[in-house]
Amino acid sequence: MKIKMPRWFYQLASPRWFYDITSMLLPWFSMIALILMITGAVWGLVFAPEDYQQGNSYRIIYIHVPTAILAQSCYMLMAVAGGIGLVWKMKMAHVVAKACAPIGASMAVLALATGAIWGKPTWGAWWVWDARLTSMLVLLFLYIGVIALTSAFEHVASGDKAAAVLALVGVVNIPIIKYSVEWWNTLHQGATFTLTEKPAMPPEMWMPLLIMVIGFYCFFGAILMSRARTEVLQRESRADWVKSLVEQS
Amino acid sequence: MSFLVAAIRRDLLLAFRRRNDIVNPLAFFLMVGVMFPLGVSPEASVLSALAPGVIWVAALLACLLSVDGIFRTDFDDGSLEQMLVSPQSLHQLVMAKVICHWLISGFCLAMISPLLAMMLFLPGEGVMPLVLSLLLGTPALSMFGAIGAALTVGLRKGGVLIALLVLPLYIPVLIFGSGTVQAGAMGLPIAGYLALLGAILVFSTLLSPFAIVAALKISVRS
Repeated sequence: MKIKMPRWFYQLASPRWFYDITSMLLPWFSMIALILMITGAVWGLVFAPEDYQQGNSYRIIYIHVPTAILAQSCYMLMAVAGGIGLVWKMKMAHVVAKACAPIGASMAVLALATGAIWGKPTWGAWWVWDARLTSMLVLLFLYIGVIALTSAFEHVASGDKAAAVLALVGVVNIPIIKYSVEWWNTLHQGATFTLTEKPAMPPEMWMPLLIMVIGFYCFFGAILMSRARTEVLQRESRADWVKSLVEQS
Repeated sequence: MSFLVAAIRRDLLLAFRRRNDIVNPLAFFLMVGVMFPLGVSPEASVLSALAPGVIWVAALLACLLSVDGIFRTDFDDGSLEQMLVSPQSLHQLVMAKVICHWLISGFCLAMISPLLAMMLFLPGEGVMPLVLSLLLGTPALSMFGAIGAALTVGLRKGGVLIALLVLPLYIPVLIFGSGTVQAGAMGLPIAGYLALLGAILVFSTLLSPFAIVAALKISVRS
């Protein structure tokens, strides 16, 4: 069976095309991310109403929830990009997957740190062995494994493929780990946003959060592009177009 | 099928020629278990509460320790490369290696685990669940471990890296494994836990050979 993909999909495989298109997109993403994150942060931290139970300490969700969501979706993107790289032998997909790993790991660290800061006044402890905290920690370990494996190979292409296999294995295991840990112990409140239900918060509270989440996604896009661009330049340093780019600047 | 049997026989024969490889993980398992009374407390009440988790963690580490060897010697002397280019099914080859690893690590660990259970004062009702959970859980550990071993076999320093890659995957098995023993020690039904361990085993047996084969191909070509 032969599957025909749209033309832009094949164009993505070309490092030069990727470099050109991202140099156009990058300023837009950065600008939108900056505007949304400043709006969301000021609205959430200053103007949103106080929580009747948790007081002002709840405001950390404006950082905590976006980082936690990003840490998870970044892993998905990394696995999907790795899978595309394995199936279609696309160099650029591996570049994207490699750029994803450190971003996702730092998002997981941020989510854990903000969670700990919030947990101290609310639960009375920096860390509790709760299901969602533990599965975020495991996610961080999975990221560390992928980063370690990528850098352990001297041959770049083998490191890419090995990391892609590991990311795919991880993505299959994440639901199992999540449910096993949840069954083991849970204390954390339910998800703040679900696609199927109306949020329990008033709109003045969740609107800034939504803006922050979208802003973080744009921020993630911008960071991802700039990391991938650097990686492309390093990998293609022998290509003519990179040489002429260097000579121009 | 005969290829599978032949491959298992070869690996078992090799393992029996180097008996250290079989004895070392078992000795490690017992030694890790002995560290806990020395480090925590020799009180029977404390130890019997800790025993299910301690025995399972010790078994998990013993499996992890031996998993690096699954493909190592065959890779070093070049026979792994010959196996990859041979017309035989890679799936079966990988299954044979994992089954053999389980027989010389997980199966033996399950057999000597009652000894450690006695030393750590695990209540008598917990011993049978311990052996059953180890018998069901350790093959899945071998499966996951083989993925890590296949990914790192081409690297000179695979040891610590394998632990980083594989330990997160071991978490569900550990949770349900020690859960079985805890439930059994308190006289609660264990069928649900065993069913979950069995489900993980079936799932990992179905899917991990694909990952192991892919990883071996990457490692051998690099």
